[in-house]
Amino acid sequence: MNFQEILSAIFTFDNYAQLLPLVRNSLIAGAVLGLLGGLIGTFVMMRDLAFAVHGIAELSFAGAAFALLIGANVVAGSLVGSVLAALVLGVMGIRARDRNSVIGVVMPFGLGLGILFLALYEGRAANKFGLLTGQIVSVDDVQLNLLAGCAVVVMIALAAIWRPLTFASADADLAEARGVPVRGLSILFMVLLGVSVALSIQVVGALLVLALLITPAAAALKVTSAPGFVVLLSVVFACTSVVGGILLALGGRIPVSPYVTTISFAIYLACRLIGSRRSRRRSRRVDAVGQPDLRVAGSSA
Amino acid sequence: MTSTLPRQVPYPQEGRGQPAISLRGAALSFGKRTLWKGLDLDIMPGEFFAVLGPNGSGKTSFLKVLLGLQALDSGTARVDGRPIARGSRTLGYIPQQKSFPPETPLRARDLVGLGVDGHRWGLRMRSRAYNERVDGLLRDVGAESYADAPVGLLSGGEQQRLRAAQALATDPTVLLCDEPLLSLDLHHQQAVSSLINRQCHEKNSAVVFVTHEINPVIEYVDRVLYLADGEFRVGTPEDVMTSEVLSDLYRSPVEVLHSNGRIVVVGLPDDTTHHHESA
Repeated sequence: MNFQEILSAIFTFDNYAQLLPLVRNSLIAGAVLGLLGGLIGTFVMMRDLAFAVHGIAELSFAGAAFALLIGANVVAGSLVGSVLAALVLGVMGIRARDRNSVIGVVMPFGLGLGILFLALYEGRAANKFGLLTGQIVSVDDVQLNLLAGCAVVVMIALAAIWRPLTFASADADLAEARGVPVRGLSILFMVLLGVSVALSIQVVGALLVLALLITPAAAALKVTSAPGFVVLLSVVFACTSVVGGILLALGGRIPVSPYVTTISFAIYLACRLIGSRRSRRRSRRVDAVGQPDLRVAGSSA
Repeated sequence: MTSTLPRQVPYPQEGRGQPAISLRGAALSFGKRTLWKGLDLDIMPGEFFAVLGPNGSGKTSFLKVLLGLQALDSGTARVDGRPIARGSRTLGYIPQQKSFPPETPLRARDLVGLGVDGHRWGLRMRSRAYNERVDGLLRDVGAESYADAPVGLLSGGEQQRLRAAQALATDPTVLLCDEPLLSLDLHHQQAVSSLINRQCHEKNSAVVFVTHEINPVIEYVDRVLYLADGEFRVGTPEDVMTSEVLSDLYRSPVEVLHSNGRIVVVGLPDDTTHHHESA
């Protein structure tokens, strides 16, 4: 395969107009997942749960693989796996350090189970690969409704707990003293996160779910600290990555995930660049005003 | 108890109505270790009450009881004449200084806003009343100049001022402070402690100030609760911070020196001496 062939495999736009209507459902699904990922990603960053997302994704993969093996609904299997994992993490690990070691122990076990189930499965190979790396080409109406329905439920629940969850994520001690049910919120959030992970896996796959749930929010945090703006940017970045990724992947024969992760990564790089300029400007402004207290520590670290 | 002092020193300004905090026969222990027992205490509105003692003597647990996060083993505790309820709006709380990560998606004003209504469910519909309340609190603690700065980029002292603003958001009748000056430089120690003092002596809130270092607040303190080894003494700093009382409390010779209005305790067991020497 020469370079020309590789390039045309990655970017193919033949018969684009005819193909586009076929992926209408996929585009809607992508936009819904982008919205969900952007919203929940902000809290994932605030609560330092990036590694937990990865761990939940691997167990979700095991659940989906098991469902595939026994001929059950793959989305349901994926949901069961990730919600169970999220609950275990929510109940067990309160402190980040304990949590990370639990995840580190459980994650490879989940991945191993998933590989076992896939090895036993004798169906189409594309189904196997899709769970790990994503498959969005064929989203039928039933799947779309399930996905959108779950996403709406998660978003409503998130809206209901938004303020106390922000409080508990920013300063758990103070929130608890103010009567916020910190522990209950933490477990509820893990369940919402589990559902979001399971849904995202249907598009980008278990290995790449971080591109949807972490990268957009991390990028947004590089350029702003205003809470509303962080959420807005995070949602816009996530939607751009997924929808843009599907549109680029449309004509070729390559899975959707490399496009999604690349766009998402490019946005992150751009935001880092803007962010480092922003903090340099801030430090100059601070010097001018003569407020030595306003540290700019760790802004580019 | 071989106390040379009565356990309860009557507050000099009695007759100011009902106590803000009232403990009767309060006892707390962890496993076999008794932190304190038989604690009878009334803290009045407008009183600056310091809680002192070595690490592990139950200072923070004392606050947790008042916050409703820790149940007493026996005895009763009341705030404003009512039994303690977690999340009560009559309590303000300034926790120990703990830095926010640099990329926390909150500006100074958002953090203070959480103190105003962060415990409520749902999304916040920004109203003029909310904005004015937050601006007022930022002004009160002198944080206007960094109102829109990301909290993660502020210094420890600036963050602690914002925590004070959060605590004052509900106009509390009782202000609980858990080592609020820890790891602050002298300038911010003075700023934060004078802020707390203002709430106490001008707005008539009762202040419970947990600290292992009395000197930064010595000019404000009305009374002291000194906890050590499952025992305690209550009284004015002049009564409690003496070689005699502390030696008795620690059951080993301790020397209390006064210099320039500061108190230096020498010879404390378990190597906590240095805490009392640095200002």
